[in-house]
Amino acid sequence: MTAARWKLVSGALAAIAVLGATTACSGSSDGDNEIVVYNAQHESLTKEWIDAFTKDTGIKVTIRNGGDTDLGNQIVAEGKNAKADVFITENSPAMALVENAGLFADVDKDTLAQVPEQFRPSTGKWTGIAARSTVFVYNTAKLPADQLPKSLLDLAQPQWKGRWSGAASGADFQAIVAALLAQKGEDATLSWLKGMKENAVISQNNTTVMKGVNSGQFDGGVIYHYYWFKDQAKTKENSKNTQLFYFKNQDPGAFVSISGGGVLKSSKHQNDAQKFLNYITSKQGQAVLRDGDSMEYPVASDVAANPALPPLASLDAPKIDPSKLDSKKVTQLMTQAGLL
Amino acid sequence: MTARTAVPTRNSGPSRVAKALASRPGSLVTVAALLMVAATLVPLGYIVFTLVATGWHETAELVFRPRVAELLRNTAELVVLTVPICVALGVGLAWIVERTDVPGSAWWGPAFAAPLAVPAFVNSYGWVSAIPSLHGLWAGVLVSTVSYFPLVYLPAAATLRRLDPAVEESARALGSGPIAVLTRVVLPQLRLATLGGGLLISLHLLAEYGAFAMIRFDTFTTAIFQQYQSSFAGAAGSTLSGVLVLLCLVLLAAEAGVRGRARYARIGGGAQRGVHRIRLGLGTIPMLVVLLGALAGTLGVPLWTIGRWLKIGGAGVWHSTEIGESLGQTVGLAATAAAITVVCAFPVAWVAVRSTSRFARVIEGANYITSSLPGIVIALALVTVSIRWLPAFYQTAATILAAYTLMFLPRALVSVRAGLAQVPVGLEEASQALGKSPAATFFRVTLRLTAPAAAAAAAMVFVAVATELTATLLLAPTGTNTLAMQFWQLSGELDYAAAAPYALIMIIASVPVTYLLFTQSRKAAGL
Repeated sequence: MTAARWKLVSGALAAIAVLGATTACSGSSDGDNEIVVYNAQHESLTKEWIDAFTKDTGIKVTIRNGGDTDLGNQIVAEGKNAKADVFITENSPAMALVENAGLFADVDKDTLAQVPEQFRPSTGKWTGIAARSTVFVYNTAKLPADQLPKSLLDLAQPQWKGRWSGAASGADFQAIVAALLAQKGEDATLSWLKGMKENAVISQNNTTVMKGVNSGQFDGGVIYHYYWFKDQAKTKENSKNTQLFYFKNQDPGAFVSISGGGVLKSSKHQNDAQKFLNYITSKQGQAVLRDGDSMEYPVASDVAANPALPPLASLDAPKIDPSKLDSKKVTQLMTQAGLL
Repeated sequence: MTARTAVPTRNSGPSRVAKALASRPGSLVTVAALLMVAATLVPLGYIVFTLVATGWHETAELVFRPRVAELLRNTAELVVLTVPICVALGVGLAWIVERTDVPGSAWWGPAFAAPLAVPAFVNSYGWVSAIPSLHGLWAGVLVSTVSYFPLVYLPAAATLRRLDPAVEESARALGSGPIAVLTRVVLPQLRLATLGGGLLISLHLLAEYGAFAMIRFDTFTTAIFQQYQSSFAGAAGSTLSGVLVLLCLVLLAAEAGVRGRARYARIGGGAQRGVHRIRLGLGTIPMLVVLLGALAGTLGVPLWTIGRWLKIGGAGVWHSTEIGESLGQTVGLAATAAAITVVCAFPVAWVAVRSTSRFARVIEGANYITSSLPGIVIALALVTVSIRWLPAFYQTAATILAAYTLMFLPRALVSVRAGLAQVPVGLEEASQALGKSPAATFFRVTLRLTAPAAAAAAAMVFVAVATELTATLLLAPTGTNTLAMQFWQLSGELDYAAAAPYALIMIIASVPVTYLLFTQSRKAAGL
């Protein structure tokens, strides 16, 4: 009686589920010659890499986009069943997170040989693939050059209340905080974050920070350099009223963040995954950073930066081992300061 | 959405015994319904589980901190400001359209339902492009009002259309002036409609993510998302989810308390006359200005923005391969989810309609609770549950489809239940008496008669999935790029021109269902 009916209903259900699974699952890859990249880098940049790589090697690449920290934490939560073959980030704290969980395979020696030592961790568990500098973008009409903050730490002072912005929930900003933590310790970082909570207007991302500075909503903001250079290279729509200030002097605000790439130990496509990392750090892969519109710094294979950028060596960045950046602690401190 | 106004009609067959035999839900249907209800309680169970696992000390530390107070204030201010504004706007507009001789009254109805076709995050995009500095509480109120006021407008207009003019005439005959009639006779009768709409709007406000993230306004939902981005599925995110769930329950209880047992119905014989429309005379022009102004603010701004960006972007923004792929994936997910959800709604609706037991009431109640859970809580729960206990389902289409089913089952249920309630049990009895098996009876009689309701339910789920953002961002299988995801990614990079085609397609896809909701709201009020 009802059994027959239920059978029909459940049969239909199962059929639909299978249909759904086959239509919507087409993105996941179990096939050979296909790797999955968890991508926290800018999608457009990674796509450029992938397109050229697939053309060269015939290896297909599927990407899952997300932020550094959530993808990093996600890989840790996935553990041995990680769905990713390669992990690429904008910054290094999330790489350190996965490295500390013991989930990275050793990077191929050939690949490491392409990357100078200062742009990768000594452990060789992952490698730098690009770099980006912290800057203070300011509205030239609202903020005369002599009133600029001397240090990132100044922004916690009361006179900056309501006058600057940062994208606190983004991985970029959290990388800067991680550098501050590595340089100045937990107490100083927490009190700076509390100052930020008081003073800063929180934006959704770096682009919104810059746009707000440009339109005069805030006097200045903490971002990475290339947002400004990208806009300058195009329409200047979001940056024409602004300038960049480099803190230099090994200030926490002069932090240069290393974008990282690594191969997961659990990957069933070790060879293809290593090939991809090798490609990114090769002359050809790094040239994408010089010639493309990403405006990030190449770090490997002696490829020069886009001529519009000030040389990386001139920025006088603080020296911090990228493996020592602690994203977990940063999230905790930011939660404690009420920013998250 | 029509649940609040629809009064389920119980079937009254001639023979109670025959009815009991034919309509008692079979045990397998009951089991199926029970399983569905159990599944809907998974997210709630997950929240409780993590809070217990986190331990009292850490949970307390995460709950009792200034940030939570700040989110609580933001969220409360948002609800307290937006709901009355929506009620005033919705009822006011409905009154002008239904009760005055303002020209074009047949066109205003669908026009004020139309904003529902614009997802809130697209509305936000429209406004923030028009006024780039838009942010904070009032921006949140603005965007929510233009997105959600039709949820009050629709039932209010339908009720106004149906009210018996005799009551108002009696009041006037007893010496009440027009304002007294409005405030003492008409408005009280709109209470159910406005309360129901207000509750729906409040729940939407608690769950909204994209619209508020775009204008820099933090609520619990945006904060949970930020926590997720910073720590995947950490304790802090779960704790915030717990508080959010509590807020939803408080709202449900408050609405139930205010509503009480109020019911307004016309009793006695005869049919009611059509309503008397107020002659506006010179007042016509200002009223038209009000109506046009409301339309410009709600539908005009997003459409104008999209049009502007499409013009600026030119042909270059129509990347046909990417848009085609997104559209294909969106339609695939939405159609599958719609089918599954409607199928799952059947056993639950069956029990709810054909049984008067306490069990049936428990099932309905459980459903209300789940319907109030924001998508982000459901998504967060499914991420954690699948990664920890069901790794085979983690990041598969099955998980995101399960999330959609849990989130949108109540919408399908409302429609399927109404359809099922209208199937005469006598026809099923006749079919069985003629020797057809219950299965054949179900497919040939019951299903056929409920097909229109099921189709409406499927359409509603389809659009809800096609425009869903939060859960999709968290749960979609690698490689998925729905229209909403693409729109979100592009607008996040401030590439508003490239985002415009996605916004346009999402709106176009939603139009048929908005029309459906419009016609349904009229039917429901007539029940």
